[in-house]
Amino acid sequence: MDGSLEAKASQSDAPAPLYASRVKVYPAAVHGPVRRAKWAILIVCLALYYLVPWLRWDRGPGLPNQAVLVDLQGMRLYFFGIEIWAQEFYIVTFLLVLSAIGLFAVTSLFGRVWCGFTCPQTVWTDLFMWVERLIQGDRNARMRLDRAPWTSEKYLKKGATHAAWLLIGAATGGAWVMYYNDAPTVVRELATGQASTSVYFFFGLFTLTTYGLAGWAREQVCTYMCPWPRFQAAMFDDHTMIVSYRPWRGEPRGRHKAGASWDGHGDCIDCRQCVNVCPTGIDIRDGVQMECIGCGLCVDACNTIMDKVERPHGLIAFETLANLDASTAAVAAIPAGPARFEPAMKARSGINLLRGRTLVYAAALLLVTGVILGAMALRTTMDLSVQRDRAPLFVRLSDGSVRNAYTVKLLDRRQSPGTVVLEVAGLPGAHLSVIGAETDAQGRPLLSTRADGIVTWRALVTVPDDAAPHGSKDIDFRILDPSGRRLTAHESAFVGPGRP
Amino acid sequence: MPTKIEKDAVTGKMTTGHEWDGIKELNTPSPAWWLYTFYATIAWGIVWIILYPAIPWFGGATRGVTGWVAREAITEEMASASAAHAPMLERIRATPITALLDDAALRDYALAGGRVAFANNCQPCHGAGGQGAPGGYPVLADDEWLWGGTLADIEQTIRHGIRAEEDDDTRRSQMPRFVADGMLTWAQAGDVAEHVLALSGRSTDAAAAARGAPIYADQCAACHGEKGEGMREQGAPNLTDRVWLYGGDRRSITTSIAYARAGVMPAFQGRLDPALIRMLAVYVHTLGGGEPDAGR
Repeated sequence: MDGSLEAKASQSDAPAPLYASRVKVYPAAVHGPVRRAKWAILIVCLALYYLVPWLRWDRGPGLPNQAVLVDLQGMRLYFFGIEIWAQEFYIVTFLLVLSAIGLFAVTSLFGRVWCGFTCPQTVWTDLFMWVERLIQGDRNARMRLDRAPWTSEKYLKKGATHAAWLLIGAATGGAWVMYYNDAPTVVRELATGQASTSVYFFFGLFTLTTYGLAGWAREQVCTYMCPWPRFQAAMFDDHTMIVSYRPWRGEPRGRHKAGASWDGHGDCIDCRQCVNVCPTGIDIRDGVQMECIGCGLCVDACNTIMDKVERPHGLIAFETLANLDASTAAVAAIPAGPARFEPAMKARSGINLLRGRTLVYAAALLLVTGVILGAMALRTTMDLSVQRDRAPLFVRLSDGSVRNAYTVKLLDRRQSPGTVVLEVAGLPGAHLSVIGAETDAQGRPLLSTRADGIVTWRALVTVPDDAAPHGSKDIDFRILDPSGRRLTAHESAFVGPGRP
Repeated sequence: MPTKIEKDAVTGKMTTGHEWDGIKELNTPSPAWWLYTFYATIAWGIVWIILYPAIPWFGGATRGVTGWVAREAITEEMASASAAHAPMLERIRATPITALLDDAALRDYALAGGRVAFANNCQPCHGAGGQGAPGGYPVLADDEWLWGGTLADIEQTIRHGIRAEEDDDTRRSQMPRFVADGMLTWAQAGDVAEHVLALSGRSTDAAAAARGAPIYADQCAACHGEKGEGMREQGAPNLTDRVWLYGGDRRSITTSIAYARAGVMPAFQGRLDPALIRMLAVYVHTLGGGEPDAGR
């Protein structure tokens, strides 16, 4: 007696294990409007990914003619007519900030539509599952095949599946490297074994990660690896559309015989179709949960069943928590059964798009968009960078005048080279000369630019002894076009000897 | 003390079969994944020993079957690097030095290489950016040149040095040690110094300057010029300007007259590739004081 009690106590005291092995998910095929939308989005996303590198965009001689290209050697980012240099990469940072805020805004309005419809993990997993279903059959056939002993048929089916997955992975990796290299060239090089080691490395990396993440890891990526589900609840409120089971309508759930009365019976017949089609293997009837990626396939599955049992659609639907609460409150006094349907649906209100949260996101979106557009609009075609020589600090010339030397870098984004005038301001009596440059009629140096490139010049500023500043004085270097219009400027300093 | 390996009643684990002062140790083996990783590293190590040089031996480490040697690999890499530079260096050797500045590609290449070579060879004396140092190390960024500031002059100076004993073509001149060798008295040297100051209008003692003038005309003007304008053929500095290599005050000038000055720079011919010497000349020329070559 004592012993058994002790044993029981020690059993309940033992901490639950922290490790649980994965239960493999076998999602069943499903048909309906959500599924059709997902197919359409999948096709658009994949088409964009695979075809965009092939788009051509003429930028003139000597420049790549690929519409979207990350040129790592040249440190440029080409996007159709836009060209972003390495030092302007902050614009891309703002784009990422914009994407993040956009994601927050969409999530607070419509829940995890990014996760459920457009996330690459979802899109590729969906594609891989489609291949798997095509070769191995639907849920039950796949479960049977996994349990079956290893026959030649099982080897054939499994082998074909993995081969197809690897092929898709290779296409994914192959498309990835096209964004960093000229697409037709890199494809030819890949095929003939002439591509660089880094191209093969990234080709292999993306082949294997695609195969591993979409073939093997699947929902574990969303549940364990991705940080987004962990904090997306912070964007949710009572008015966010989330995939919801309507318990006021479904409960009490249980088997229902065809033709029997629905009075006292919920609409949920516990057929588990919503669980069977779920790509993450959860039961949506347990309420909102972290593993739910909001894909809505259970909505289609349940509606199909509702058609069969002749009950209205929407036992599982994209619904807000506020409406769920309103419906539940409206039917509190009505016994379970079809009588609940109308008053509950009437109690719902429309989607509330203008909320404090969404307005803040909208304002942030506008602000960041403004920053990006402003940064793009204020970009100059020419950039000047002036760096003062630190050694020597200054040079005393034979006539006693004081000279500072500067490294001048002139960046020209225009497609043809030109000639501009360099002048210095803020130092009376200063004489500016540039080594190797011609001068104009007024003795100002004329700098020739390099089309779509940078030229480095060495500039010397000399002032007579009596005009030399004591210590440091701020000066401005300016670039003027031949007509005298100021194109760009750069601040620097002139250092003279200290007071004797 | 050895004892029986037995199952521990409390934990259900086996003991190690040792006992110390009545304490038995439980057998807690290393985790399997750790062991297998360890074995894998051993296997890796054996493969490595077979493939690559590994065991130190008399007369060098054992050669692996691949025959790879780090020293040979770096030699090959350096050979391929120099091979990549060879065409450019050949062009620099073949181009007249006065034309090096005209070709943008050659000029940029020469500047980049010259900057590095300057830091390696010249910077200890002439300072970063050619800022010079007190006590006889000339500023290379100003417009005063003892022996000339054209590209050809600078190349000549770097190749053969200044008063470099090992080089017959070196730039050579010797100022007499006027006081030390008894040619002038200290008082005369002071008078000459006052005259030198007067050349740039800085004299404060007109009588002393007047006494120094005839001595200057006799002893100094042959090299430094009647008006102190200097003479590049002799490396004799201009005495009228504001650049003073050894100091321009009365005391420094008197010391220079008394003991003479003779800076030495080594000849770099034979130490550096001719192309590298040209690149150095281009770099020094662009520091700020470069003079146009004759006929340009």
